[in-house]
Amino acid sequence: MMQPFRAAEGGRIDRSHRVRFSFDGQAYSGYAGDTLASALLANDVCLIGRSFKYHRPRGIMSAGSEEPNALVTIDRGAGRITPNLRATSVELYDGLKACSQNRFPSLRFDIGALAGLAAPLLPPGFIYKSFMWPPSFWKRLYEPAIRRTAGLGRTPAEADPDRYLNQYAHCDILIIGGGAAGLAAALGASATGARVILCDEQAELGGGLLDEPNVTIDGWPAPDWVREAIGTLNGSVTLLPRTTAFGWYPNTMIGLTERLTDHLGEPGSQRPRERLWQVRAERVVLATGAIERPLVFPGNDRPGIMLAGAARTYLHRYGVKVGKRVVIATAGDSAYRAATDLHMAGVAIAGIVDRRPAGDSEAIQSARALGIPIHNGMTISSTEGRNRVHSAKLSNGTDIIPCDTILMSGGWTPSVHLFSQSRGALVFDAASGTYLPSQDAVGACAGVFDLSTSLRDGTAAFGGEPRSFAVLGVPAMAPSEPPVATVPHRGAFVDFQNDVTTKDLAIAADEGFVSIEHVKRYTTTGMATDQGKTSNLNALTAIAGLTGQGIEHTGLTTFRPPYTPVTFGALAGPVRGDLFAPIRLPPIATPGAEQEDAGTWKRARCFPNAKETIAAAVARECLAVRNDAGMLDASTLGKIAVEGPDAAAFLSRIYTGDFTKLEPGQCRYAVMLGEDGFIRDDGIVARLAPDRFHVTTTTGGAAFVLHHMEDYRQTEFFAMRVWLTSVTEQWAVIAIQGPRAAEVLALFIPDIDLGTMPHMAVRAGHIGDVPIQLFRVSFTGETGFEVNLPPDHAQRVWDTLRQRDVTPFGTDAMHVLCAEKGYIVIGQETDGTVTPDDVGLGWTIRGTDCIGKRSLSLPDLKRHDRKQLVGLLPADPAVVLEEGAQVTVAPSARDGLSGPSVGARNAQSVGHVTSSYRSPTLNRGFALALLAAGRSRIGTQLSVAGPDGGIPVTVTAPVFLEKTADRPKPSPRRTQEPLLPLADQPAPVARPCDSVQLATLAPITRLSIRAGPAAGTAIGLALGVLLPTVPCRSVMTPNRAALWLGPDEWLIVAPESASELAALARKAVGDHPASIIDVSHRSQTLEIAGPRAAWCLNAFCALDLDLTAFPVGMCTRTLLGAAEIVLWRIVAEVFHVDVARSLMPYVRACLEEARLEFVDVEVVSSRPK
Amino acid sequence: MLLIPCPWCGPRPENEFRYGGQANLTRPAASADDAARGAYLYLRDNPRGQHQERWRHRHGCGRFFNCVRDTVTDRIASTSKIGSP
Repeated sequence: MMQPFRAAEGGRIDRSHRVRFSFDGQAYSGYAGDTLASALLANDVCLIGRSFKYHRPRGIMSAGSEEPNALVTIDRGAGRITPNLRATSVELYDGLKACSQNRFPSLRFDIGALAGLAAPLLPPGFIYKSFMWPPSFWKRLYEPAIRRTAGLGRTPAEADPDRYLNQYAHCDILIIGGGAAGLAAALGASATGARVILCDEQAELGGGLLDEPNVTIDGWPAPDWVREAIGTLNGSVTLLPRTTAFGWYPNTMIGLTERLTDHLGEPGSQRPRERLWQVRAERVVLATGAIERPLVFPGNDRPGIMLAGAARTYLHRYGVKVGKRVVIATAGDSAYRAATDLHMAGVAIAGIVDRRPAGDSEAIQSARALGIPIHNGMTISSTEGRNRVHSAKLSNGTDIIPCDTILMSGGWTPSVHLFSQSRGALVFDAASGTYLPSQDAVGACAGVFDLSTSLRDGTAAFGGEPRSFAVLGVPAMAPSEPPVATVPHRGAFVDFQNDVTTKDLAIAADEGFVSIEHVKRYTTTGMATDQGKTSNLNALTAIAGLTGQGIEHTGLTTFRPPYTPVTFGALAGPVRGDLFAPIRLPPIATPGAEQEDAGTWKRARCFPNAKETIAAAVARECLAVRNDAGMLDASTLGKIAVEGPDAAAFLSRIYTGDFTKLEPGQCRYAVMLGEDGFIRDDGIVARLAPDRFHVTTTTGGAAFVLHHMEDYRQTEFFAMRVWLTSVTEQWAVIAIQGPRAAEVLALFIPDIDLGTMPHMAVRAGHIGDVPIQLFRVSFTGETGFEVNLPPDHAQRVWDTLRQRDVTPFGTDAMHVLCAEKGYIVIGQETDGTVTPDDVGLGWTIRGTDCIGKRSLSLPDLKRHDRKQLVGLLPADPAVVLEEGAQVTVAPSARDGLSGPSVGARNAQSVGHVTSSYRSPTLNRGFALALLAAGRSRIGTQLSVAGPDGGIPVTVTAPVFLEKTADRPKPSPRRTQEPLLPLADQPAPVARPCDSVQLATLAPITRLSIRAGPAAGTAIGLALGVLLPTVPCRSVMTPNRAALWLGPDEWLIVAPESASELAALARKAVGDHPASIIDVSHRSQTLEIAGPRAAWCLNAFCALDLDLTAFPVGMCTRTLLGAAEIVLWRIVAEVFHVDVARSLMPYVRACLEEARLEFVDVEVVSSRPK
Repeated sequence: MLLIPCPWCGPRPENEFRYGGQANLTRPAASADDAARGAYLYLRDNPRGQHQERWRHRHGCGRFFNCVRDTVTDRIASTSKIGSP
């Protein structure tokens, strides 16, 4: 296979390694080290794509990520099709399949190109102007049609099978760009001992130095100097090639994407395709270089017209000659280097067309000496050629130069995108006509185009001694001049990717657009995925010329992230499939149950038998509770230990009711209000001891309730001596409800007399050999108990009770049973605008001044026509109303209770259905509803909106079952029957891997200590481990540890039993207030160890885990992905991760995902799903 | 992601925190009139520039603290423990 445009020698390609690839189905070959663009050029493929708007034939314009034209789709198989990749950035690999885009039926014969003939009909704003009426056409006709013709690549339809990772990183210095200035800066920075990261978007570090085999630095050819510099930096600086810094975010957080496998023909299955780096840098140095500007002349977009610098890159780096007969159009000296280099490589230079008068810099003299014809004071006025340029007409109107390639050079624009994103001040440099960063930049990005100055400035970027390098072989050049505006022309392209010409800009100016930001939006110049890299300054120049104001007064548009397109995969990272969000599983496994989401938990909806429908299962479960005994896993309810001398007074503020009068051993239903008087949550408050309360919350409200209580504890009632500790996962809860509940429980509880235990009481005791807290509470109206027990034992108790024919029921039955009694469900009957009185809970408001009570006397909260909770019975008992459906009064039945009339002929809504079920006990449908002045409507007939018209209903009181007190009292006999034995729960086994090991540690006692300084000291002395006073530090003794978690909060880790240790601590504090709570079961501990442990944690945890920032002994609550953890560094390479039991599978899966790249064995992974 | 200096734990990433609304609101006594109550419930400052606000290091030490943040630039001028100036 021929590569007709491959130079005989030179380039950094590996000529011994031939690589096959295809473009639009045609087979070609290139060499290892090629980009797709260089290989296509070598194969004389010049036509690469069709333009966005006019479908004009386009070729390759550049050799870097600024490429606006040569966008291709790379096909790596199902789900791995990536559209809109720049051929100039795609590394060639064996078997690469590339396709052109935006053409039909083929690249060479494209019907859409007819749009080019209609170009006069497609002026800027044509979409706004042309496709306005009728509005309905927009969605159905205009938008789909426009999308079809003006699209780029197609979105792949399949799920992406690749893996993507995230990495949080911290450094003192982040250097963006690995060219001469960046490498020099890294050399300077590494000498300071700072933590340095250097990233570069290209496969190879070196930037423009790789194009300079004939330049020497300190005697080394420039590419070899790069190799030596990398060798020096390796080990002291993190070098990240193939890594684009795409965004600058607040507090110097820089987003990078590292491409790990796209350049490989056969990516290993466990290697991530890309890694998103979120780098928090103390300091950023921009060494992003400069981008050459195209010249703006009619026909400047034909295939075969490219940037002069790109031609040098193709020659020197890839060994590719961009043409056989080349015309060069320039406004600066750098293009003369392209002329001489190409001439030396045997390419005919048909002429240099220089806008400027004759100059005599060294670069120009060299070209002149080679006999290259130079046309000064001229530019190109038009070009010819269909799928490749074949001639250039000069602006003198007579000369037409035949050619197959035109190189253009309009000067160089510093890449200030990231600096602009940082909201840094850009300064206009009149000499070059460009904007420069006011700080933080070196090299060409700072407007310095002299190589030896760039190198010297780089080394001194951090205040060190500037180091000079001996640079030879770069001819002296005149500084480039500011760009000049040209006559508007329909064929003179400014923005190649969005097809914006100088004519379009002129129309915008004619129509009165002056602000560059408005011109940008109206014409779409600079708004394509290339972010205006090649076009922005030319557009600015044109607008400045048209409006007569200078460039510096026209201003620059704001650059926005990303610098180059970023894949969705990289942004999503590992956060998908089973890592998308933590799934919390309750401690009792219920195989076969229908699951539903409840907050972050999975809960059992119902337990269908074989062949049973969900409805039938729910009905059976409800009847079991009403007639026999049922049990519910209520472990997900939030539980908060409220302890301290002022706990009762505190709770009397937080909840409705006076808890100073609640006796130890008693419970009370309580409602939590916001300051606005509206219900936020409800639960049971149990007094375990004078200064110890146990409060339950709803499953979904647990986190909010604790936050809300902490808010008042810390900022409003801060004088109260009270502490709050979440014990949600310390206790599993089995709720047993039904007439037989006491009877069956009594078989297993030896030390509590269930017969005499009153309703709303709490007792400590045992079930079998397991210590429990037993609550006698009911949410069904039946006799009810809630067994709180250590979660490790929950399964065996559940299974034992199941053997005793206690029917498991799920949340569906729970809702029906609640609603039958008119008990509200938070979030169902309440929506943040409901007061206690609205739902018949006015009785919970007692004498105390609880939060929100005052608001209940605001006029609006006392209105007689507020929505109130009522029951609804459909006239047809078979009907089950739709939840959320509107309840209406007929126009004739309007009663003045429902507010102003909106239309006499229409039925009017007076409220909505909040809960609706079929009651198996009543054998009919029933509903709860919130209706305006609802209580006064009881007994009336209303209508509920349904799909087939109004459904007649009768308004009732919100209680559907009579009191069950007349049911026979159980007479429990107390025996002790054995529970099922405790089953082994084998810990999951991690894949072996030396660089990072993962293990779940055996359970160990943990006490949460909340105390002031005096009690803290006493506890420390008694337990033999002082409680640290320095934030986020631990004290470790051979068999105990105390971790600082908050200014009055410590975690004690110790081997002896929790009760023993707690008793010791309680004795020590004496009269000092303190809260000492066993939290041993609440969490489990993962140990992550090895040289890569910190790295793996940083895939999900944003803290700086360097030993200097997170030393041995440091401990803190933080986040790992979406899970709260306590992270504790035991020794340099060993961390303990303390995580709530329900979140353990998620945290483990996260860390396994991060570890995967270090595990040697090929893994059949279930991820990503 | 902002970096928020917790007065106890030092600078930490934003996702460890929860916003706590405007700082220095005085909770009116129960005897205060409806207008004062209404203002406390529903009226908040919305300045362009420095804003006194509360944050809680929810996934950290758990403390509420005061913070002065510029609503235009998101720059945090200072943070302080509750009760300290």
